Amino acid sequence: MGSAADAEIDLRGIMNAPALSFRDVEMTYPDGTHTLTGIDLDVRPGEFVTVVGPSGCGKSTLLKIASGLLDHTGGDVEVDRERIGYVFQDATLLPWRTVRKNVELLCELHDIDKSERAERAQRAIDLVGLSGFEKHHPKRLSGGMRMRVSLARSLTLEPNVFLFDEPFGALDEITRERLNSEVIDLFQREGFAGLFITHSISEAVFMSTRVAVMSSRPGRLVAEFDVPFAYPRPPELRFDPEFAALAGKVSEALRGGHD
Amino acid sequence: MVDVSIPVDAGTAASTPATTTAPASGPNRFAATVKRQLPPLIVLIAAIGVWYIYSYAIGETERKISLPYFHDVVDVAFLDGANRSELLDATLVSARVALIGLIIAMALGIFFAVLMSQASWIERSFYPYAVLMQTVPILALVPLIGMRLGFGFNARVLVVVIISLFPIITNTLFGLKSAQAGLHDLFTLHHVGRLTRLRKLMFPASLPAMFTGFQISAGLSVIGAIVGGFFFGRGDQDLGLRIKLYSSRVLPEQLIGAVVMSALLGIIVFWFFGWAKNRLTASWDESTSG
Repeated sequence: MGSAADAEIDLRGIMNAPALSFRDVEMTYPDGTHTLTGIDLDVRPGEFVTVVGPSGCGKSTLLKIASGLLDHTGGDVEVDRERIGYVFQDATLLPWRTVRKNVELLCELHDIDKSERAERAQRAIDLVGLSGFEKHHPKRLSGGMRMRVSLARSLTLEPNVFLFDEPFGALDEITRERLNSEVIDLFQREGFAGLFITHSISEAVFMSTRVAVMSSRPGRLVAEFDVPFAYPRPPELRFDPEFAALAGKVSEALRGGHD
Repeated sequence: MVDVSIPVDAGTAASTPATTTAPASGPNRFAATVKRQLPPLIVLIAAIGVWYIYSYAIGETERKISLPYFHDVVDVAFLDGANRSELLDATLVSARVALIGLIIAMALGIFFAVLMSQASWIERSFYPYAVLMQTVPILALVPLIGMRLGFGFNARVLVVVIISLFPIITNTLFGLKSAQAGLHDLFTLHHVGRLTRLRKLMFPASLPAMFTGFQISAGLSVIGAIVGGFFFGRGDQDLGLRIKLYSSRVLPEQLIGAVVMSALLGIIVFWFFGWAKNRLTASWDESTSG
């Protein structure tokens, strides 16, 4: 990304307008399940916000509402839907396409011309460290590599807002921690606003500028914590006493939300 | 017929013959080939052995009118020039009927499956009749078709189309619906139109199941071609008609020869679609090894 994009980020910083904002959002499914209530949450450019909560509390629903996959039943959501990156729980790759063709998919769906498409795809592939695997089919990739392809695919549209729906839940711990670091590197480099969903407290604290805790159904945000650690964050941060103290507080809020 | 309703199982069964072996140098490769081909070959030899014992046991009179020795079948049906060319000509006529019928069934089958995949009300409207077409015994329809269309080429092709359409529709439809919900979400997120979704997501996703349908129908198309000729009992000199004539004239050698040719025809078409499926999908389909 060039200096023009940096300027844009600075400008947004000055205006301090949220890239994504939820105001008093309510969600009740047609079958009557009350999933979310009174959600107030802003994600500004340069912020990486993680929502932690017990399974089934409606965290994923929050992202589906933000992206427009689901219509909320109350309150307001503001976001530029043209510039959203969405990483799903599964890598959701097209198995018949090679890595390169998978990464090019979104540009293709948005009718971006061929040479531009190839350029963006190559850049994204390089960014996630998959150079050399362009011609592989997903079948031959590990779970972690598939997730990287998925990340690269979203990067091609240069999103303002990046939504992550428990993307690393199915991966082993080592791969997961490595991908955590890579995502925050990307966040630092690309300057998007991130909204990350997980049920792992350590993942939440390690990656975010802010952690929001959601209660069980109907999901409410019961606590928010600013994470003071500077980026880049080394993996050893996970064993820092301050890190443990903060994780402890998040955990307590999470348990409080269960009662 | 059971496997028609379980496309997934049919798929795994169909993909087994297409196993690949690692490329190896001369003698090793030869040994590997022998190792692979030997077991079915032994079964074949054993079966012919049982055949000999049975033919011997029923005595000469019975042998002449029902089950002659293996070498007599080879002699009369395949080594005798006139008989052989009669059999080959009939095989070609049947092959043409089966292939043209199959191609029409493929086009119609894909068309209906795509149509049915677009809305559940369309699927609900057509599906019962697709099932009906499969459950009405083709034997009951053959005379009806003969009365209406005569006993020529068109009538036979129609029999083939009717018998091979259902597996193509059901398997293709199953395949079109097999794309993950997450992938559909991704396409929805980027405001993709119906046609693009079909072209870039649903259609490629359906290929493995579609080709399983083709394979099942390939076998059925040969049966359809033979059933038509057999029951019309007149018209083109195809395998069906030959089978009927040979049995009424009590020529068991040639009758068995015709059965062998029918089987061979079915195997060739089945094998071709297995090969094509492998070429198209083995590099990416998770359910195939290699």
